[in-house]
Amino acid sequence: MVKTKRIAGFLGLPYIFWAAAFIVIPLIMVVWYGLTDENGGFTFANVAAIANPAHSKALFMALLLSFIATIVCLLLAYPLCMFLVEAQKTSNSFLTMLLIVPMWMNFLLRTYAWQSILEKTGIINTFLTSIGLQPLRLINTNGAIILGMVYNFLPFMILPIYNALDDIDKNVINAARDLGASSRQTLTKVIFPLSLPGVISGITMVFIPALTTFVVSSLLGGGKILLIGNVIEQEFMVAYDWNLGSGLSLVLLIFIVINVIVSVLTERSEEDYAS
Amino acid sequence: MRRHVMKMTAAVLLPSLLLYGCGISKREERAELPDDESNRLIVYNWGEYIDPETIEMFKEETGYDVIYDVFETNEIMYPKVAADPSQYDVICPSDYMIAKMAGEGLLAELDMDDMPQAKKNIGEDYWKMSRDFDPENKYSVPYCWGTVGILYNSKLIDEELDSWESLWDPKYNDDILMQDSVRDLFMVALKKLGYSLNSTDIDELEEAKELLIQQKPLVQAYVVDEVRDKMIAGESAIGVIYSGEAEYTREENEDLVYSIPKEGTNVWIDSWVVTKDSRHKKAAKEWIDFMCRPDIALMNFEYIYYSTPNVGAMELMDEETRANEVLFPDLSKYSGLEAYKYLGKDTDRLYYNLWKEIKSA
Repeated sequence: MVKTKRIAGFLGLPYIFWAAAFIVIPLIMVVWYGLTDENGGFTFANVAAIANPAHSKALFMALLLSFIATIVCLLLAYPLCMFLVEAQKTSNSFLTMLLIVPMWMNFLLRTYAWQSILEKTGIINTFLTSIGLQPLRLINTNGAIILGMVYNFLPFMILPIYNALDDIDKNVINAARDLGASSRQTLTKVIFPLSLPGVISGITMVFIPALTTFVVSSLLGGGKILLIGNVIEQEFMVAYDWNLGSGLSLVLLIFIVINVIVSVLTERSEEDYAS
Repeated sequence: MRRHVMKMTAAVLLPSLLLYGCGISKREERAELPDDESNRLIVYNWGEYIDPETIEMFKEETGYDVIYDVFETNEIMYPKVAADPSQYDVICPSDYMIAKMAGEGLLAELDMDDMPQAKKNIGEDYWKMSRDFDPENKYSVPYCWGTVGILYNSKLIDEELDSWESLWDPKYNDDILMQDSVRDLFMVALKKLGYSLNSTDIDELEEAKELLIQQKPLVQAYVVDEVRDKMIAGESAIGVIYSGEAEYTREENEDLVYSIPKEGTNVWIDSWVVTKDSRHKKAAKEWIDFMCRPDIALMNFEYIYYSTPNVGAMELMDEETRANEVLFPDLSKYSGLEAYKYLGKDTDRLYYNLWKEIKSA
């Protein structure tokens, strides 16, 4: 027992090293830069800079677009996962494969592909004009950014929900039906509550990358829509102000931490409920 | 100071991270380092700014192992070099950035006698133009030069455009591409207003900002390299573009017309420089000299279509190319032409803050 524990601890070393080197220390550096000024003196100005109208607007836009993207992902993913769990019995998880295959392709390439679909001279508009309709203004809009977020992050919503639904003991569902629950009651009172941990982790895994993205917004927003991720990226890459960039990252971190706390709390109460 | 503490923290937490700590430690004034033993050369250039064949030829002729990296704007290049100047040996920044980097002690002094091809082939006019940002011609060797202007699609636009005004014309709604870099964006508005593109006057800059915010709904996108592809594809009707890019797009789409606006514009030079902390200075100078050889300069010219300051290469061109007004404009015909100057850290910050207001508007 003691021996296996020691071996387990030893096996964990690479991870501990990894976490320290690439998570803990960079995080300490972000906090450090965020709370100091150019000359190394303590300041709260970099965090308070979120009140600057340009910054707060970018944060608001990021929250809004990633919130919508998360909801859309959830609405698309949940029914799909229910279908997949059913279909899996017959089609040998081929459908699940179809969802995962696009993820093998580079994220940037997939987003560039959307550019050529949505452009003024892109696939959709060429089709519309060829059948005599007016072209639509699709790219460089909020809608294009939301679409990019949904497309890129949807698998992160599907996989946890799929796993949660797949883990539900069929006997529980049968029991519910046996005891006279209607299809709708089975869904809302049995299946959905049992899949909630998957839903919560899906929400977290979509919301956080969507909130912090700067690639999707610059490729599909034409540089016209500034999200907080773009502001931070540009502070580091263009203005070379690591202090301000880190300060704004700390603000973003607060939203991420809130999201994680909510998901942990919900999962915990689920566990209490289950036991 | 703070970086020193950071370094300590890293050292205490994990000795192996010391390397990283060093990476961010403050650059100190110190003597130039001797070359290391390797035969490597690390080149940092603009994207799509060289004939790849010439890199292969350089490798073959000299036996150096060239690592070639690219950047999209001066502002993206600078922080990477400033963070660790020894990462790169030869870089190709623009005029104002060279002044800034030289002022910060990032660049090595070059002895032109080490580079006979550069000395022989670069035209006197271009050494003179360089003295605006490199007064003693001791840090930089001109590589390409050009203007910034308007490129428009004559199939989609049935008038001749010769003014920045047309970028504010509501009839071109969603058909305008602006440059996504701070100075090039402000330049257009400042010139339209009749101010210097090196303005440091807060009122003039605010006015330019307001003008650009007013223009934003008409703008299809703020982009850099994509102006070229979008113009060729007919995705947009007007774009702000560098003259060299313009000439390339005209090869691909003959409806495109380039014009230098009458209010004036930016004339720029991109030049090779060597970093002070480079460990491969000998190779770096050989690279620059190789790029100044007339045959190589001509290959690069024919590949990227940016005007070359290489008189030797120009002599090898045919009459028609030399007479091309986009590539080799008679600058005396235009007024209001200016090179960018480095405006200092505070003004840089001011420009950047105003830019953010435009982008988030």
